[in-house]
This record gives sequence, structure tokens and C-alpha cells, in this order.
Amino acid sequence: MGKKLLLEHLNVPGIQTLQVYREKGGYKSVEKALNQMTPEAIVEEVKKSGLRGRGGAGFPTGMKWSFLAKPEGKARYLVCNADESEPGTFKDRFLMEKIPHALIEGMITSSVALGANTAYIYVRGEYFYIIKILEKAIAEAYAAGWLGQNILGTGYNLDMYVQAGAGAYICGEETALLESLEGKRGNPRMKPPFPAIAGLYACPTVVNNVETIAAVVPIINMGGDEYAKIGVGKSTGTKLISAGGNINKPGVYEIDLGITVEEFLYSDEYCGGIANGKKLKACIPGGSSVPIVPGHLLLNTLAGEKRLMTYESLSDGGFVSGSMLGSGGFFVYDEDASIPYSLYTLARFYHHESCGQCSPCREGTGWLERILKRMVIDGQGKLSDIDLLAEVAKKIEGNTICPLGDAAAWPVAAAIRHFRHEFEWYVNNPHEVAKIKNGKLNAPIPHPLYEMV
Amino acid sequence: MSSINPTPAFSADTLEVVHSLIKRYPEGKHKSALLPILHLAQAEFGGWLSAPTMDYVATILNIQAIEVYEVASFYSMYNLKPVGKCLIELCHTAPCWLRGAEDIAGHLEKKLNIQFGETTPDGMFTLKRVECLGSCGTAPMFQCGAVFYEDLTNEKVDTILTDLRTANVQSSYVDSDTFRRN
Ligand SMILES: Cc1cc2nc3c(=O)[nH]c(=O)nc-3n(C[C@H](O)[C@H](O)[C@H](O)COP(=O)(O)O)c2cc1C
Ligand code: FES
Repeated sequence: MGKKLLLEHLNVPGIQTLQVYREKGGYKSVEKALNQMTPEAIVEEVKKSGLRGRGGAGFPTGMKWSFLAKPEGKARYLVCNADESEPGTFKDRFLMEKIPHALIEGMITSSVALGANTAYIYVRGEYFYIIKILEKAIAEAYAAGWLGQNILGTGYNLDMYVQAGAGAYICGEETALLESLEGKRGNPRMKPPFPAIAGLYACPTVVNNVETIAAVVPIINMGGDEYAKIGVGKSTGTKLISAGGNINKPGVYEIDLGITVEEFLYSDEYCGGIANGKKLKACIPGGSSVPIVPGHLLLNTLAGEKRLMTYESLSDGGFVSGSMLGSGGFFVYDEDASIPYSLYTLARFYHHESCGQCSPCREGTGWLERILKRMVIDGQGKLSDIDLLAEVAKKIEGNTICPLGDAAAWPVAAAIRHFRHEFEWYVNNPHEVAKIKNGKLNAPIPHPLYEMV
Repeated sequence: MSSINPTPAFSADTLEVVHSLIKRYPEGKHKSALLPILHLAQAEFGGWLSAPTMDYVATILNIQAIEVYEVASFYSMYNLKPVGKCLIELCHTAPCWLRGAEDIAGHLEKKLNIQFGETTPDGMFTLKRVECLGSCGTAPMFQCGAVFYEDLTNEKVDTILTDLRTANVQSSYVDSDTFRRN
């Protein structure tokens, strides 16, 4: 069993409260940061840890922090991205619900490092019950002197607030999040300037994911070098994986980066294998924006090496035969799940969530949804539609202000590359389509051919 | 469907919360409070945002009404039309679909005898399809107000609908305590 850094005390009764959290060693990183370290030294430890952003892009956190501009007389902000809306991802919710002080503590220690005196946690509006939990935890932290004026008598001041979103996936994109936090529509901004130079209220701002910020706590407590010993290569530390789809044990698991995908999927400690005795068909291992991979390429790379749960190994083979670790939203397709139908739900998602600023994304996602709908719901697909889908996706990719367009395009190319025969099956069997409107290719519909494991 | 007050005004209790929300942002950046205040307004004024409600919010923040409209129309949690007492928001994105969301969708439509996007004639239930709610591990699921109903089966849905009907309260995401720190 791997080391648990974030979820170690998950099952301790009362760990939601400051008192129990503190009894279990909570808030030590704040003491260490404020009493024994300079802000620069904290940033240095995070750099040494090799921690990479857990929100999806995997950008090295220490490096991001070192880019933060520090002009005289301008406020600096830390903003936590708790928008968590990438389909398949539910780890941040889990962490905030179960151990809210892990995030609050990480926010304080990180704010010290960045010299921020105000920090916001932007939580997606659908998570209002989590907002209540966080408000309570923040109130406890204020009452105990971990927040507010002159923390630990060091002269350091920090205010922390929760901000509620209102239902928009795009607000997970950091500049859209900042717009939303300013009380506007969530339209992503052109970069540069990057938030590190001009972010919230045009002030230098760091935006980090919930899990990234929580990981700062063990890094400061154990030291960056020690943290970096966990994992493989540039994938250091532990990672929360949201496991879902057709598996026996859906849930949030903290893994050491570097275990094999096979162990993660089949061992009883984690997913416990495919549900209902079915076979593995495919998996989206890093949230809906990363390419789908067929089962055999999930477990092994094209070269036949065992695939690991790391940033590098999951992307081995690029978009041709690999995928990405992304946000760690790992969802599994059994033999009955129709890949074209799945793609339809994702196209519908991206169309619904496109902010509408850039026409390739606004219009292109609509076309993807409509073409797929006529194929998998109406049974009126044409063979030429398959290439049309790929073509529309290509025209979105790279032509938009923010990466939502790419995120909408990538799943299309991968689904068609690996499962073209399923799309052809829909086109060639229009009279069967009505029978499988829920997207489950159960008998008596003959299965298209694919390699299953 | 509750009738709307033509000239809405927050209760004293909510107004206090509104003013504390505005203080969370730097001087002059009070517009940042718009999203949470719209949530409070929707909860207090019948489960949706009418034009008079949005105009009222604009006066509170001293911003143009159009600034409120453009925000209210962007985010999916703001209802710009009246909804039933219980707004059932079923997630239908791929991870939920894999675990049977469409079966639940069919059951809900049959049970309530309405389609998604419609409200029952008695004004009790509105069915809405929504995108991933961060509950994929406990799918299929729907949200009603701030409550997540997870690991749904047809039987569970029946019980939930009966309970909601019995409770007979306007579903809402927030109450004035949500943002209070005590
Ligand atoms: C369309 C889109 C949606 C995103 N959604 C999220 C999200 O829900 N949570 C998150 O942490 N990052 C999300 N991101 C990534 C953020 O833009 C940003 O990279 C991240 O918050 C940085 O934090 P990290 O370095 O700690 O990962 C999203 C990006 C895009 C383009
Ligand atoms: S897909 Fe339904 S909650 Fe994530």
C-alpha cells in the first residue's frame, strides 16, 4: 500500500474539525513556514518537490510561483481553483468535504510563500454544501488565530474567502475563473499577460488547483527532497485519482505516482476490476478532455511496456496510441459501452460549455454535437460524417483563445482513430440504432470488432 | 411556481449577509459579489430571476442592469424562467451515462409524466438535464437544491420523489446561512 500524504487521516472521526485536524499534526506547515522559513525558501522546497499542477495541465508549481511579479504597492493574490467540472473528476470535492482544513492549511502556507494577504477559494456553485463546510472551517481557523491579523505574532496578515460560481465549466480555466471572480461572464482572457503579472483585479495572481495547494502541506512538513522520492521521474509525489465508469469500486484513491495502470484498475485496493464480469473496452484516464484509449493500449504502451500512472507513461505514444494523466479523472468503459454514443455526450458537453467568444469553438462544437446526434440517436449518419467529424475537430483545434476548443477536439480524433468500426456500424445499421438509444450495445445487437482485455 | 413580488426586497437578514459579502472584496471591487448575491436573490424570490429581481440586484451593487443580465444569462444555475418547486437536475455526461443515467432519465419522465425541460402541471417538479456535477463515482445522480442524490436506482428515485412532494418546499442552492461564518 502506498504512502498517504493527503488522505492519511481520512477515517479519523472528527477530522473535519480544526481540533482533531490539529491533534493529527495539522497546521504544522504554517508554523514552520512562518517561524522558520523565508518565502523564498518555501518556494524553493516546492520547486525541489517536483510538484506539478493537479488541475490538469501538470505545470511545475514551484516554477509558476517563481514567476509571480512583485511590484511595490500592489496586492498579490492566491486563488484556489475549486471549480472542478472536468467530467470524470470529483477528487477536489472529496478532499474539501472530508478534510477541509487540509486545503485551508495549504492556502495559508502557500500565501506566506507568495506574500499574498488575501486568498480566495473559487468553488463551483453546484457544490454549495461544500461551501458551507469551507465557511465553517475558515471560521474555525480565524477563531484559532490561523487567519486574520498578525498570525502567530509574526505580523503576517491573511484574509480568506470562499467565492461561489454558478454553473459553467469554462470557469475552471484560470482566466475565465478570474473574470467570474470579478463578477462577470466567464470569458477567458487573452494571454499574455499571464495571471502572474496581471490576474485578479489586474494584480499579480497565482491560480492553483485544490489538490496542488493541499500537497504543499506535506511538502513543507517533510521537505521537497523527501517528497520527490515518491514517484517516478518527473511524476513525483502522490495523486488523487477519481475512478468511475464500469468498475467495481468507484471512488477517490490516493496513489503513489508510478504504480502500474494494471494494478490501479484490477487490484482490490483501488478499482477492483471491471464490474459485472464484463470485459474492459476502453478508458479515459485523465478527465474528458484527454484522448480515449482502448484497453490494450491502456495497460501497455505500443512498445509493449507496462503503462504506469504517471504524466509521462500515460502520454507515451502521444495522441496516436497514448493519452494523458490530466486531472486524474479515470473512467472506464466496459464491452457494452458505445464509443460513438460516449463521444456524443462529450460533444454535447463541450457545446453546452463553450463560452461563445471564439467562433471555431462556438460553432464547431455545435456541429460536432449535431453530426453525432444524427448518427447515434436519429440513425441518419452517413459514412462521410466520420471524416467530417475529424475535419471539424481539426478546425477547432489551436484556433481559440483558451484550450476548451482543443479539449473538445481531441476526444473526437482519438475515438475515431481507435473505434472507427463502431462509427461505421452506426452508419450501416440505421434500423438498429433506435433499439440502443441509451448507448449500450447489449445483445442482440452484434458487437463491432475490437480488441478487449 | 411561486408568484413573484413585483418590487422585490431582501429580508433584513439576507441584506446583512449581502453587505458582509460585499466586504469580501477590495474597495471598488464590489461587483465581485454579484454571483453570490444572485444566488441569494434566486433563493429568496421564488427560485428564478425575474427582470425586476435582476434590476433590484443592480441597484444594490450600484451597477447597470445590463451587467446583471449578462451574468445571469451566462451561468446555468440561474433560472431566467419560473421552475417547479423542486428542480431536478440530472447529470447526463459520459461518466454518469456509463453507469445508467439514461435509464434514470427514462424513469423520471415516466414517473412524472413530463419530458425534460418541462414542469409538472401542479408546479411541483421540473426536470432538467445538466452536465457533470462532480459526482461521477456515485453515479447515476441528480441534484435538487444543494442536495446530491447519488447511486440512484428506480426504487430510490421513487422514494426521493415522494419525500420531496411531502416536504413541499422550494428547492434552492443557498440559504442566508450559507455564507455566514458562525
Ligand atoms: C476548459 C478548462 C477547464 C479547466 N477546469 C479546471 C478545473 O475545474 N480545475 C482546475 O484546477 N483546473 C482547471 N483547468 C486548468 C486551469 O486553467 C489551471 O491550469 C489550473 O487551475 C492551474 O492550477 P494547477 O497548476 O495547480 O493545476 C481548466 C482549464 C481549461 C482550459
Ligand atoms: S458525469 Fe455525472 S457527475 Fe460527473
